[in-house]
Amino acid sequence: MDVKEKVKQIICEQLSVAEEDVVPEASFVDDLGADSLDLVEMIMAMEEAFDISIADEDAEKIKTVQDAWNYVITRTGN
Amino acid sequence: MQRRVVVTGLGLVTPLAIGVEETWRRILAGESGIRPIQKFDASGYKTRIAGEVLDLNAEDWLPKKQVKRLDVFIHFGVAATRMAWEMAGLPTPLDGRLGPRAGCIMGVGLGGLQSLEETIPQVAAKGPESRVSPFFIPKLIGNMLPGVVSMEFGAKGPNTCLATACAAGTHAVGEAMKVIQRGAADIMACGGAEAVVTPTTLQGFGSAKAISTRNDDPARASRPFDQDRDGFVMSEGSGVLILEALESAQERGAKILAEIVGYGLSSDGYHMTAPDPEGDGYIRCMNMALADAGIRPEEVDYVNAHGTSTDLNDLTETKAIKAVFGGYAGKLAVSSTKSMIGHMLGATGGVEAAFSVLAIRDQVMPPTINYTTPDPECDLDYVPNQKREGRVQRVLSNSFGFGGTNASVIFAEYRP
Repeated sequence: MDVKEKVKQIICEQLSVAEEDVVPEASFVDDLGADSLDLVEMIMAMEEAFDISIADEDAEKIKTVQDAWNYVITRTGN
Repeated sequence: MQRRVVVTGLGLVTPLAIGVEETWRRILAGESGIRPIQKFDASGYKTRIAGEVLDLNAEDWLPKKQVKRLDVFIHFGVAATRMAWEMAGLPTPLDGRLGPRAGCIMGVGLGGLQSLEETIPQVAAKGPESRVSPFFIPKLIGNMLPGVVSMEFGAKGPNTCLATACAAGTHAVGEAMKVIQRGAADIMACGGAEAVVTPTTLQGFGSAKAISTRNDDPARASRPFDQDRDGFVMSEGSGVLILEALESAQERGAKILAEIVGYGLSSDGYHMTAPDPEGDGYIRCMNMALADAGIRPEEVDYVNAHGTSTDLNDLTETKAIKAVFGGYAGKLAVSSTKSMIGHMLGATGGVEAAFSVLAIRDQVMPPTINYTTPDPECDLDYVPNQKREGRVQRVLSNSFGFGGTNASVIFAEYRP
């Protein structure tokens, strides 16, 4: 599966949001209703799915869907 | 004069049904909710039967996102609370004026044990590298149930959780009554929830020699007061009541189901799991509830017994009832609804309080099923096998827990 598609799937699952709401500019907190616990769990799911480890200082910068895509693509070299 | 406290709502999630009326209908029909365990592979375990709640769709009762973030016992507890809330005709969420005057006290025996069992192997395997969900602690702690009730229904008053094992639900109901009596709140959701039918509890209660091994005949395994009883049957679910100050119920025009008039509690100070053989703790507990209600023993029509189906509980509870009720004990109707739904541990007091209220509402006493061979030492009228219609003005409900902790509450027909 395409990395972007997989990230999208994780976001939908972790934040219990509809796929059509997961647009690039969507903010996890402001648009997708995530709280601090959701964010931690979502980051963990991405670590698990892509077999990477995401440092806290990196995780703090992942605020939108586009941020997550960019980060995972860079880290996985896809 | 103390404020009067009435019951305006009930909610039930039991192995017999999701809902008050269907559970009650099946209780009065004498049906058993005990079956072979289905939620996990129990083959090889000494006990392979339980009362499981198999058909609750949590998304019918909680927002989808919350379902994932919460343990099963909270799903049960919120479902039962929502039923009770709606029966009471309370708005969801409460408006700003009522919110701080409404609260929640729940009894929870073991909390999010299922979440604990899932998490421990992860940490054992990977240690500091393990990815433990940030929802693990919120899922584990018992007081997350009253916490979530507060969030879902806007009940921002007194909010606590009691962990007094099998007495927790009854303690919660009694304490909620006292909160309203002393004016700290006008409306309280109270009762209990439990969802710990797991391999760990099967082994633990098995080692304590507390649970039935009648695996080949599950519907007949829970047989309180019967000579051939061989332990309790674990089950899961939730029972919740809405208690309300009389003036609050009247002001809202709520339908009053019954009044709660007495609460007693005591400790055996004797043994971790066995009751005081003379029933001293049980006796003082029931006497305190009677004194709190300001009634004589003869004014109680029906006792919803703790009646677990263990050798010691049923014997000791019988002795204690005889001591409290004296010559009247033989005329008193005593039944154990655990014969049908098993023992829901921390939830059981909430469920049985609801049955006590329904007995008053419908003027009918639920039976003790599976009563076939009388035990010479248990010689009360246990309403054997068939429900009984009759005058039910006052009901006493008992719950006793490991640690030697005891609780009794008394409900009465509401008279203006």
